[in-house]
Amino acid sequence: MDFTFSKDELLFRDAVSRFLMTEAAPEMLREIWETDSGRSPEMRSKIAAQGLTALSVPEANGGMGMGDVAWALMNQELGYFAIPDSLADTAYLAAGLIGALPQGHALRGSWLPRIADGTCRIALGHPINPLVADADLADLLLLAHPTPQGLELHAVARDAVTVTQHRSIDASRRLGAVQWTPGPATLVAAGASGQALWDASQERGALCVAGQLIGLAQRMLNVSVDYAAQRTQFGKPIGSFQAVKHHLADVVTKIEFAKPVLYRAVYALEHGESGLAVLVSHAKLVCGEAALLAARKGIQVHGAMGYTWEVDLQMFMKRAWALDCAWGDRAYHQARLCSALLDSPTRPVAFAQTV
Amino acid sequence: MHLRYTSEQNAFRAEVRAWLQAKAPRSPLASYDTREGFEQHRQWEACLAQGGWSSVTWPKALGGRGSDLVEWLIFEEEYARADCPLRINQNGILLLGPTLMEFGTSAQKERFLPRMARCDDMWAQGWSEPNAGSDMANISSRALLNAAGDHYVLNGQKTWSTRAVFANWLFGLFRSDPNSSRHHGLSYLLVPLDAPGITIRPIRALNGKEAFAEVFFDNVQVPIENRLGSEGQGWSVAMATAGFERALLLRSPARYQRTADKLIALYQSHQATLAHDPSIRDAVMRAWMAAQAYTLASYHTVGRLQGGAKIGAESSTNKIFWSELDLLLHETAMRILGARAELCDDPLVHDWLEGFLFAQAGPIYAGSNEIQRNIIAERLLGLPKN
Repeated sequence: MDFTFSKDELLFRDAVSRFLMTEAAPEMLREIWETDSGRSPEMRSKIAAQGLTALSVPEANGGMGMGDVAWALMNQELGYFAIPDSLADTAYLAAGLIGALPQGHALRGSWLPRIADGTCRIALGHPINPLVADADLADLLLLAHPTPQGLELHAVARDAVTVTQHRSIDASRRLGAVQWTPGPATLVAAGASGQALWDASQERGALCVAGQLIGLAQRMLNVSVDYAAQRTQFGKPIGSFQAVKHHLADVVTKIEFAKPVLYRAVYALEHGESGLAVLVSHAKLVCGEAALLAARKGIQVHGAMGYTWEVDLQMFMKRAWALDCAWGDRAYHQARLCSALLDSPTRPVAFAQTV
Repeated sequence: MHLRYTSEQNAFRAEVRAWLQAKAPRSPLASYDTREGFEQHRQWEACLAQGGWSSVTWPKALGGRGSDLVEWLIFEEEYARADCPLRINQNGILLLGPTLMEFGTSAQKERFLPRMARCDDMWAQGWSEPNAGSDMANISSRALLNAAGDHYVLNGQKTWSTRAVFANWLFGLFRSDPNSSRHHGLSYLLVPLDAPGITIRPIRALNGKEAFAEVFFDNVQVPIENRLGSEGQGWSVAMATAGFERALLLRSPARYQRTADKLIALYQSHQATLAHDPSIRDAVMRAWMAAQAYTLASYHTVGRLQGGAKIGAESSTNKIFWSELDLLLHETAMRILGARAELCDDPLVHDWLEGFLFAQAGPIYAGSNEIQRNIIAERLLGLPKN
């Protein structure tokens, strides 16, 4: 029984953090926000050179075979630095989906090595998200087609779909409505096996976003603490006033009690536990709430500056607002958790299975 | 990260479960805020001690099990599962006991620890004073050495002293250097509550019972052997063991988890009449989420502590979280019970109502939540003191 991360996992997290601190400074994010593609090929290739696109790919396909538990730390870093790229969609979610296909499946051989070396972008279209992130830029789209037997999984080339772009309040997001026609040539998995692949992807997607939301919450807290320590009024830093302190202390508490919920859920995902849905919805809700509270308190602490385009806080807030609704919005996860808790005679396991 | 109990841990759980099944009180005890109920609770905890279960984290030589914190979590889960009574000897076992182990002389340890473990002595706390509440360093009760240098003479007043009405000993801080101020010049003293010159005036709490007391000291003689740690070093003695582990041990997650499960059962038994108010469903879910988060955070923290991490001001987030959780659980139960919720004599209501009243105190005692927020802001976030 040990509900902590290993020393290696933490060291790896620290290394990623140091890398992103130099490569994804806020001024760089701003520049990328202003471009049409919203993506920086240069940043993408640096990320690939660090091996970050290879994390989830099985070792046999040129990757590191890293699991969901370690990704919980990685996702927090991606969120903290508000990486303006759906890196995790390709390197974590698509790698997980393709990696779950049977050994010898053609998609494995053709795409896993490319994910690992960072030369492709794969977009995921799960019906829980009305639009597909990075659909326009993707080399391959993994799309769902509903049938009475379950969601089918299709792999579709970019030139076989029509994408209509939509603008998000988070200018780093590139969302598209995808028009396409399913056919035997695009079908990867049907029936129960297609549904199972998409179900696992949906839970992974929710936890991927939950981790990013915690990272964003921490970032918004940190920039707010910095601001409160610098800004003086009445001859003192505003951070010396209790009203301001208590806003920020509440954010700390919210974050600290959301993280273990996330960690329990990623463990359940990695180990294929049966009570996964409850744990994931709980994690998604509390991580989103931590981020929303950090945004709300952050803008309050920043005062009028927080309402401007100039202050970095806005980039983190907008990303948090957007991601809070991705991979299942609040209503979806509340309804799912509520009915599992209250409409069933059995209670979810408190921590781990006991004798 | 691996979340399976070892076979030893499973065996430990089975042993606890079997023992509690055989020995736990068959019917609820009277309130420990009454003389009769206090004695019933004392006897139950003496029975626990005889079985070696009163403080599993204590060393074996002192009547504990030498358990690590995972075993402690398991013990608490089983204790809550069996609906065993709330504990009244925690002042001794969890607060004074570890302080004695760290700072006591061997004579003090021999004199106090076995009696504490057996519940022969029951301990009250003596920290707060009328002018030293959140501002605890403002203590003014004096303990001046007599001319011979073998006794302190205590004068002053302590207040909000939990258990002092029925306990027989008190531990607390007294100003032993009359020229000192703030946290300097304080000494940590162990005081028998039957000493001449002590007057105990019970204070009735929200539930109408004598849950705490004012304690007046009028030239009370306390031998110098009853000082824990050095003269004038009382503050650091009190703080040294006021760390996270003890804060955690005092509020195990199992109790809230158990209450959350009961809350869901309460909701389910009232579901038909509550259909018109979907917000109650949401509140029940929120309460369960918070109890679950507290459990997960405790396991995470236990893992970190066992891995050698030192945890300081983070315990302030814990205090805020469990006290607000306790309120949420009981406020939600009151909403479900509706018009019945005020009925003290309704057996279904009784425990919820008692818990609801007690939960009101949570954000206030053990350092008010405002003080905890200041600690988080200043020590964790590094914001300047005002």
